[in-house]
Amino acid sequence: MPEPKNIEICVLRYHPEHDPEPAWRSYQVPCTDDMSVLQGLQHIKDEIDGTLGFRWSCRMAICGSCGMMVNGKPRLSCQTFLRDLQPGPVRIEALAHLPIERDLIVDVGEFVNKLEAIKPYLIPREPRTLAEGEYLQTPAQLERFEQYTSCINCMLCYAACPEYGLNRDFIGPGVIALLHRYNADSRDGGQAQRQPILNAEEGVWSCMAVGYCSEVCPKQVDPANAVNQNKAVSARDYFLRFLAPKGAAP
Amino acid sequence: MDVAEVDVAIVGAGGAGLRAAIAIAESDPSLSVALISKVYPMRSHTVAAEGGAAAVTQAHDTLEAHFHDTVAGGDWLCEQDVVEYFVGQAHQEMVQMEHWGCPWSRKPDGHANVRAFGGMKIERTWFAADKTGFHMLHTLFQTSIRYPSIRRFDEHFCVDLIVEAGRVQGLLAIEIASGGFRLIRARSVIIATGGAGRVFRENTNGGIVTGDGMALAYRHGVPLRDMEFVQYHPTCMPGTGLLFTEACRGEGGFLLNKDGYRYLQDYGLGPAEPTPRNKAMELGPRDRLSQAYWHEKRKGRTLSGPHGEVVHLDLRHLGEKRLRERLPQIYELAVQYLGVDPAAAPIPVLPAVHYTMGGISADGLTAAPLAGLYSAGECSSVGIHGANRLGSNSLTELLVFGRVAGMEAAAYARTVPHGAPTKIGALAEEARARALAILARPSGGERIATLRREMAQSMEDGCGIYRTAAAMQATCDKLAELQQRYRRVQIDDRSRVWNTEWLLAIELGFLLDVAQAIAHSALSRRESRGSHQRLDGFAERDDAHFLKHSLAFHDGDGPPRIAYGPVKITRSQPGTRAYGAAGEQADAERRAREDVHA
Repeated sequence: MPEPKNIEICVLRYHPEHDPEPAWRSYQVPCTDDMSVLQGLQHIKDEIDGTLGFRWSCRMAICGSCGMMVNGKPRLSCQTFLRDLQPGPVRIEALAHLPIERDLIVDVGEFVNKLEAIKPYLIPREPRTLAEGEYLQTPAQLERFEQYTSCINCMLCYAACPEYGLNRDFIGPGVIALLHRYNADSRDGGQAQRQPILNAEEGVWSCMAVGYCSEVCPKQVDPANAVNQNKAVSARDYFLRFLAPKGAAP
Repeated sequence: MDVAEVDVAIVGAGGAGLRAAIAIAESDPSLSVALISKVYPMRSHTVAAEGGAAAVTQAHDTLEAHFHDTVAGGDWLCEQDVVEYFVGQAHQEMVQMEHWGCPWSRKPDGHANVRAFGGMKIERTWFAADKTGFHMLHTLFQTSIRYPSIRRFDEHFCVDLIVEAGRVQGLLAIEIASGGFRLIRARSVIIATGGAGRVFRENTNGGIVTGDGMALAYRHGVPLRDMEFVQYHPTCMPGTGLLFTEACRGEGGFLLNKDGYRYLQDYGLGPAEPTPRNKAMELGPRDRLSQAYWHEKRKGRTLSGPHGEVVHLDLRHLGEKRLRERLPQIYELAVQYLGVDPAAAPIPVLPAVHYTMGGISADGLTAAPLAGLYSAGECSSVGIHGANRLGSNSLTELLVFGRVAGMEAAAYARTVPHGAPTKIGALAEEARARALAILARPSGGERIATLRREMAQSMEDGCGIYRTAAAMQATCDKLAELQQRYRRVQIDDRSRVWNTEWLLAIELGFLLDVAQAIAHSALSRRESRGSHQRLDGFAERDDAHFLKHSLAFHDGDGPPRIAYGPVKITRSQPGTRAYGAAGEQADAERRAREDVHA
């Protein structure tokens, strides 16, 4: 075992049953070079203060549970290592822009409602029975949407997005990336059904093109790119509406 | 207490639970479904599965071959009729996932691609890069949104099943955000809560994998079957146990000891060839590979690392381009977590607990011996894995038996009415009082983390890769002690909103029960088979006495009672389980025998 040295972890604590507002608490945590921020928090919960609340599960940056602000930046705590934050103190807060339910736990419901609203499932361009086998899709066709399938719904991009900070109705980078994932899939024919969501005030036009969402994405999904591509689509859609009546082929 | 009434309740919203829910919604939209999960569905541990899902796909492959690989891989402790059904349904489920949008990796001609996997004679593992479970889970979750009859109860923690008049009639859950209780009345219940890997110290599992559903069924008299069979995955990250998928070896990776020698050739898995041959060397089954590590360690041929003895997973010869394309997550994990660039240096690995082959006793149609109760996925013992699961059979299992569980639970729900509300309500009140009692424990008791750590260490010591009666007995004794101390477990947090410590305390109760089922089933099996290997005079398989499923029954406050049940043999008589060159010879002999009989 490597020799541990201590690091100070400060956590913004909040309990709605008895705290009027969030307040910082500091903990001394023994720390080895291979310890993640998540392991630091686990140490606090196990050994020092069982009341600390945070979500976690997979420990390998794929379940998307453990997003939080680490020294002011949205990070997955399992993928952020204390060795990179020496000498401390390390400041941990709940993800920015999202309502805090308790301590480091934010309300996910709003995000999930948005995700559900965009029809995030394949709407087949040509229906096919199981007996007909799989749709053919070349590696090149897969590549057109593959990166947008990698979103783990961790919401770091929402904590990074200044527009979302101002306007929580904005559907936001992660959900737009998911919408784009289906629209860009060669098997899908649901673009027209999803387009109104993008065109709406809370759709792509809310984006101020800051690009911080892509910077913080732990999976290189590049939601900013998805948003930009859909601004072009939405603009085209806007102009086409003057040229062709609804229902007519563009 | 808030009450919801549905036709079918599903506990667990990972791959199996979601597949079950969709099956019900598609087949009969008039049936209401409650999908209950202690996390949001996309956080479920299916998300972490990497390598792929098996289904006979290529023209030169056969259902026969998948059947034989699975049954021999399970050291003949599989229900052969169930395996036969499983291999027959697998391909259709893969295609169904494709129709739902799963981004399977493709061949240049646009068909889904397949890769080699351990213990599989022919390449038949469908994959989505090295994030197959992630893509399957998100595809299923997103597809489930189409169906209005599925009502989700996200972040609801199930504390008990409600069993009345001899059948399961619902469950009681804590809404985590408020700490309030919700009774969900149902005509049938499917348990799809995943495995119990967290009973062991070093494991690949997420923190949520605490055997909840197994313990819930077990406490209501349903036996846990074949619990002694716990899979060690041979290539995991030292310290954390995080997984480096078997696909690393499917793509051609080598396992090397400290001398740079491909040691598997010394354990009946050779010959060592420069490219992977199926069912040989690095593509042998997981139990054999983990056992080989243990022997290498004893011989002093492993390397010492900060978290114990390791061997090397060498992917360098695959080159950065292929690694980035086929194993992007592995690449990232090695670089970020270990500081190792796998294109430039070998990855240090060791075996860690990965999978529970056993689970809630289920017939071939997923029904438990308790009316109205069904199970699917890792929590379930439907009988396809036997004493050792083959990699990529479990993701397929989620789909095949998730669907079956959905159909069966729906069919049963149509035949029974909801029970008497007063009786069910009274049972729910009792369960609620039990859960609340934990919050009211006096302080000064045992810390949760202390008990959990002692349990996990003891399980590793007694029920690891190789076992002896003395060590298993010590673990059984330790678990009995921990059960006593658990009664004095105390929590710092007395509040209700998001009280995760309260949930951890309840989970520890589940873990201890499942741990006892594992340890006592292991102690009672006086032979070696698959992942259950003994060093104390029971080093051989003993079909005369132990070609049987173990059944662990909950027995009050004492240890479980262990009984045995028959194994269904149809086409494959127990034979020699051989891999590498010896395996090819055994296969040829088997085929010759079958030709004679046919």
